[in-house]
Amino acid sequence: MPVITPHVSRTRPSYGLRPADRRRDRIMKYVITGSGFAAILAIILIFVFIGKEALPVLTSPEVHQEVTLSKMVTPLEGRAGKPKAYIWQPVSQVPKYSLPPLVLGSLKATLVALLFATPFAIGAAIYSSEFAPRRARELIKPVIEMLAGIPSVVLGFFALIVLAGWLKDLFDWKYRLNATTAGIALGVAAIPIIYTVAEEALRAVPRQYREAAQALGATPWQVARSVVLPSAAPGIFAAIALGFGRAIGETMIVLMASGNAATWSWSLGDSVRTMSATVAAEMAEVVHGSAHYNVLFFIGALLFVVTFLINFLGELYIGRLRRRLTGSAA
Amino acid sequence: MRRTLRIATAVGITVALASAIGLAGNAITIKGSDTMVILGQRWAEEYMASHKGAVLQVTGGGSGTGIAAMINGSADIAECSRPMTDKEKQEVEAKRGKKPVEIATALDGLAIYVNTSSPITKLSKTQIKGIFQGDIKNWKDVGGPDADIIMYSRENNSGTYAYFKEHVLQNEDFAPECQTLPGTASIINAVSKDPKSIGYGGIGYASGVKALLVSATDTTEAIEPTEANVDSGKYPLARYLYWYTLGEPTGDIKALVDWVLGPEGQKIVSAVGYYPLPKKASAANEKTKTAADQ
Repeated sequence: MPVITPHVSRTRPSYGLRPADRRRDRIMKYVITGSGFAAILAIILIFVFIGKEALPVLTSPEVHQEVTLSKMVTPLEGRAGKPKAYIWQPVSQVPKYSLPPLVLGSLKATLVALLFATPFAIGAAIYSSEFAPRRARELIKPVIEMLAGIPSVVLGFFALIVLAGWLKDLFDWKYRLNATTAGIALGVAAIPIIYTVAEEALRAVPRQYREAAQALGATPWQVARSVVLPSAAPGIFAAIALGFGRAIGETMIVLMASGNAATWSWSLGDSVRTMSATVAAEMAEVVHGSAHYNVLFFIGALLFVVTFLINFLGELYIGRLRRRLTGSAA
Repeated sequence: MRRTLRIATAVGITVALASAIGLAGNAITIKGSDTMVILGQRWAEEYMASHKGAVLQVTGGGSGTGIAAMINGSADIAECSRPMTDKEKQEVEAKRGKKPVEIATALDGLAIYVNTSSPITKLSKTQIKGIFQGDIKNWKDVGGPDADIIMYSRENNSGTYAYFKEHVLQNEDFAPECQTLPGTASIINAVSKDPKSIGYGGIGYASGVKALLVSATDTTEAIEPTEANVDSGKYPLARYLYWYTLGEPTGDIKALVDWVLGPEGQKIVSAVGYYPLPKKASAANEKTKTAADQ
């Protein structure tokens, strides 16, 4: 085999041998490594800060006079003569912090978001990976990803002004601003994420599977339904998980369009108060170091842990998918 | 050539940033009540137009947010639609070294709003309390059509929320079904779109909705939130809108406060839809000043 020799000047040393060049390289290496580690450090520090401010809810006796973990999850004494219920009323003569209505509110809005977004996103992913001609696929992908660029406050505004009235007339609900109005706007925000990941999962299915099915006489829909979808199923679940993570953490849309009423009800047509909207609405005024402040950070920490775990697991699986696509793993 | 261009750009950006920071340095920051934010912004516009060199920044966020901003140093003046509590006054003094001084700047009648299509014209304070606590669930119990009542309220950092809770709900809790919206404008928007709803907010926002006549008890006469009734105190939900300054106002802030309390500032109060201070309010300001000194 011929040996390839690099061109090296014989009249002066090549770059990299002079001490000044090596020093400059070393400095740049440290700067870039430092920046990379700074980003990781920032995430760790955010988690530490939130945890530190949320910890008094579990440990401080002063906070326990006002709220304890058990008081946050069991029904509370409300008005005299009325049965105990889950009440969220932090600014009151007797402050009441019940978590269940907030958690249920987040879950209801996210459920509607996923129910709305998944058919559209997965359908678009199947279309663009199985049925679309190449030109259409090159158009669809960037357009759906443009949806991701819409600011959430614009979606919230749209839901509040346009969607709320229209949906109320359509379904004849009692409330204009409820879990479903907010959920649909959340779904629009989640569609790009679910689409991108699902489309990658579908493309990762080896071409041989499709060709084998076609050779046996399957139509494109049969190929998609019985061969491609089942083998891409784990990736599609990862896509839905990432969509869940996006929807549950979204704040502006639910703040504007969900009605923010902390009710304990299973109906999707009722107003809900999500965890993210609670923190956003109440954090600005709360007195630093008070029990209310600590409870808000506790809710924030809860939200952080849930979304972090789901996104982490989702990304782990996406990493495996990508390596399979580029052929560097089995 | 390239090197000089780079140096020139760096110097230019630094100068621009410094001048921006310098300008912002002598701005007067006013934060707080959403009820007062439009009023504050109109005052700021007129004041800056007539006094060259003055820079005012006005933001909302709720009375509680304004007080918190004053405590942590990011606001010079806190706009509040409710009086500061003693605990808050102590915190301002502890963190910033001076007592807050309360200055009444305008009068407001906290209005109860319903949709213009609603046949209801008046309610008593007890009925309003019953509605917002969830005891009265249907409009027919207060003389309206057979329909569920949809309630709109403010978030709990709002001075209007605190005032309503204290004076109407007698410090009891709101019903959990009460939807909470950020700001009086969004309540008005929601009430104007929902024929079966009820909400509350400052009288300055009344457009596209109907303000109800309120009676103090079930047997007394229902009063309309007009200027005369709010001035004389006949309207049961009349309240002052306050500015809190850090210590007695001096220099630029004193000039601003005097202008706001003077005829031009009070004319803007009327234009925005609130009610100017009655003549005896200057006496009210004297009283609060001496009380704060103790």
